[in-house]
Amino acid sequence: MSKCKILTIVCLCNAIVFMQWPNATAAGAADFTQANSTRSDSTRSDSTQANSMQTDSAQIFKRIPVDTAPDKLNMDAVYNRPFLTAGVLPVAIGGYVEANTNYRQTNGISEGTSFQARRFTLFVSSTIASRIKLLTELEFEDGTREINLEFAAVDFEFHPLLNLRGGILMNPIGAFNQNHDGPKWDFIDRPLSATTLLPATLSNVGFGLHGKHYQHNWVLGYEAYLTNGFDDKIISNTLNRTSLPEGKMNPARFEENASGLPMYTAKFAVRHRQIGELGLSVMSGVYNKWKSDGIVLDKKRSVTALALDFNTTMLSGDLYITGEVAKIFIDVPDTYSQTFGSEQLGGFVDIIGTVFKGSIFDWENARLNLGVRLEYVDYNQGTFNETNGNIADDLWSIMPTFAFRPTATTVLRLNYRYQHQRDLLGNPPAKTGAIQFGISTYF
Amino acid sequence: MNTTFTIPHVTSNVIAMFCAAILLIGCDAILPSAPNDADVLDGPVDALSSAQHAQFLRGDVAFNDDVFTAATGLGPIFVATSCGSCHAGDGKGHPFTTLTRFGQGDENGNAYLDRGGPQLQNRALPGYTPEQIPGGAPFTKLTPPANTGLGFMELVSDADIIAMSDENDADGDGVSGVPNWRPLVSYLSAHQNSIPTNEQYIHRFGKKAAAYNLLHQTVNAYNQDIGITSIFEPKDVYSGVNIEPEVSASVIHDVVFYLQTLKVPVERNPNDEAVKNGKRLFIQIGCDNCHKQTLKTAYSPVAALRNKEFHPYTDLLLHDMGKGLDDGYTEGSAKTYEWRTPALWGLGLSQNSQGGEYFLLHDGRAKSITSAIVMHGGEAAMSTQKFQALTEAEKRDILKFLEQL
Ligand code: HEC
Ligand code: HEC
Repeated sequence: MSKCKILTIVCLCNAIVFMQWPNATAAGAADFTQANSTRSDSTRSDSTQANSMQTDSAQIFKRIPVDTAPDKLNMDAVYNRPFLTAGVLPVAIGGYVEANTNYRQTNGISEGTSFQARRFTLFVSSTIASRIKLLTELEFEDGTREINLEFAAVDFEFHPLLNLRGGILMNPIGAFNQNHDGPKWDFIDRPLSATTLLPATLSNVGFGLHGKHYQHNWVLGYEAYLTNGFDDKIISNTLNRTSLPEGKMNPARFEENASGLPMYTAKFAVRHRQIGELGLSVMSGVYNKWKSDGIVLDKKRSVTALALDFNTTMLSGDLYITGEVAKIFIDVPDTYSQTFGSEQLGGFVDIIGTVFKGSIFDWENARLNLGVRLEYVDYNQGTFNETNGNIADDLWSIMPTFAFRPTATTVLRLNYRYQHQRDLLGNPPAKTGAIQFGISTYF
Repeated sequence: MNTTFTIPHVTSNVIAMFCAAILLIGCDAILPSAPNDADVLDGPVDALSSAQHAQFLRGDVAFNDDVFTAATGLGPIFVATSCGSCHAGDGKGHPFTTLTRFGQGDENGNAYLDRGGPQLQNRALPGYTPEQIPGGAPFTKLTPPANTGLGFMELVSDADIIAMSDENDADGDGVSGVPNWRPLVSYLSAHQNSIPTNEQYIHRFGKKAAAYNLLHQTVNAYNQDIGITSIFEPKDVYSGVNIEPEVSASVIHDVVFYLQTLKVPVERNPNDEAVKNGKRLFIQIGCDNCHKQTLKTAYSPVAALRNKEFHPYTDLLLHDMGKGLDDGYTEGSAKTYEWRTPALWGLGLSQNSQGGEYFLLHDGRAKSITSAIVMHGGEAAMSTQKFQALTEAEKRDILKFLEQL
């Protein structure tokens, strides 16, 4: 397509959006951005406070806070964020920023202290027309080393149980992938099972349906999408292990599907207002380039991930527990190396307790939280053909945290990690200790 | 400022304790310290210059971290994806990293070079078929040895090696020992102190002592183990034709330098009485007729390696080890029943790289030090018998000595 044609189309699209403006209302935008935190109870957003902090600019901008109703699911997280909207404009913007210090030592060796600008993320949402909404999430990682369009999808709402979503969307595998905003978590590092096993943030181009049903204390939700999938870097990478994150490195996947076959991701979640949420998800597709120019090169090789996630709040909101377990099956050729495992398992659980809540300085609803994250990942489940002995390539980590939340949407965190990681053969582990301090806030 | 900062006592104590705990930077439990230097095999020799350290580090990265993929030339048939995956922590390997060689049943060369010999590439990229041992071909399995202190062994002069050899057992101790004599491959140039005979040169690395020096071993390893070609060995193991280098000559030189300057393992408990007694018995029953305690290096441009005495417990010679250890396969001028005496330094650290177990002897068949000793035959039969005749306490002392090497 010529540049000229593309420009014309872009202009036309813009014109259409502009034409919609007068029809759209700020309330519509607010509706759309009805944010919820799955961690609603723990992040405990405080809308009054968020609003009051904005009073100076409120003449022009209005803050749409996070919705704290206890009937939101993890799958709502992308929309459930604080947004700023201006007047009657149907566009709302938001974002978050994260920065931290990092000191890490493994078996006595440290590269010293680093300051890290891990993420700066911008969201823009817009109500294109009644029942048609758009949300985008643009993320800058490590300064501008990596720039990712993590989400850019349009939703058509036919019925609460039937919404069509298309564009760049986040595959609903596990809970963290869709609910990953830094300020929601009391830990600086993302969970290892969600980033090195399941590859958060995983977004792909695709289409699908989602919907929700409410009944008494229950909320049921589902999502089902067809998207592009992974490529064979899953088993052909310099990490020397099976890795879904490696299989999503190719930026061309937003334009071309490596296997030519759609990957499907489906999630079913149920939440009881008093008990908590349980999610079950599955993602499966072919990852290898099995055919090229019409010639079959290899058999179709699949990757399938299963995940179970849960979260619950107890002690009238002072104790929050969340976690996720993932199991991955990869069809690795028998004649390839067992260095690349065909099964992986991992998970984490976060336990966060509030030890103080009340007024600190001018923050009326500040909280001090203490918590711990327990993690385990086995990158290669199985036994060696040669010995029948266990293939190790695993790690566990324990990470206490101390977090100060002046408001629900801002957090200062002090973390310590202690971790043991073993190689393939199960030799004495690499022992790591890490100390981090960081901030993360929505804006 | 109008503050209402009132944290209850208990809570503030908890927080204070938490912070104090975290601020204990430097405390071992919090930030794990390095294991004792003597307990690990990797690391450079002392007294390298900055430039030499930099080259060591480049070699370290290439050896341990450079993992080959289809995109960077892996295979298409191969045994492993990096040096480090077979030589974990520069220590001995495991049955998973054991490789198979086939096709040579006597000293007259490999008869199966046109059918994939000498090395079996038993793994393959998706879409390719790995090799299989042709029916009837003799073969052996070889477990990776440790890589420490090899730079010192490379510098032992041919004269010293010849002096240890006793081809006709003139001293009547039942132990002879011969070098592996082979012609040099074309890309190697002879060391200054080489003493060739009829254009045959003493080779010393590998279980059959079939590699001349560390460059020879490294070039072969890239080519045969990983399927990576170089200007030295441009032949692709799969297609059999010469292709472009997939690893640069400078990376190969860095890796060779890394191997040359890896430190030597040291005795960890030499002053213990049982250890001292074990060492005395080790010499007394003739183990050190082959496992020679002390060798010395000749000239090297690297000061840290030049004219040094070191204690590897090997004579770098081939010995008849008897029927039990004869796999029917060989390399160079070695007989099928001959193996090069392995260095015993670092023996006690084997389990740290073998996944918590022992896999000793050339193919890892011995699951303990004692069974490795008992499996010695041939020239070592006499010293094995003497070992068997020792009291339990004496055997224990020998093991204590070996385990602290
Ligand atoms: C598939 C596993 C494997 C890989 C990969 C591998 N090695 Fe080895 N290595 C071995 C085995 C087995 C031996 C013993 C071989 C022999 O006896 O000839 C060995 C021997 C050696 C030796 C000789 C040690 C001695 O004591 O004589 C050196 C040096 C060496 N390897 C270096 C390397 C380098 C450098 C690489 C990477 C380019 C590498 N190896 C890759 C398995 C491996
Ligand atoms: C005739 C020479 C000779 C004598 C004498 C001898 N060894 Fe060995 N030793 C060897 C050779 C050669 C090997 C390797 C055999 C193989 O790999 O199959 C070996 C292997 C070993 C190993 C296993 C090392 C490894 O890395 O796998 C140990 C331990 C050992 N010897 C200890 C002893 C002890 C103790 C004695 C005295 C009782 C002794 N040896 C006597 C030649 C000798």
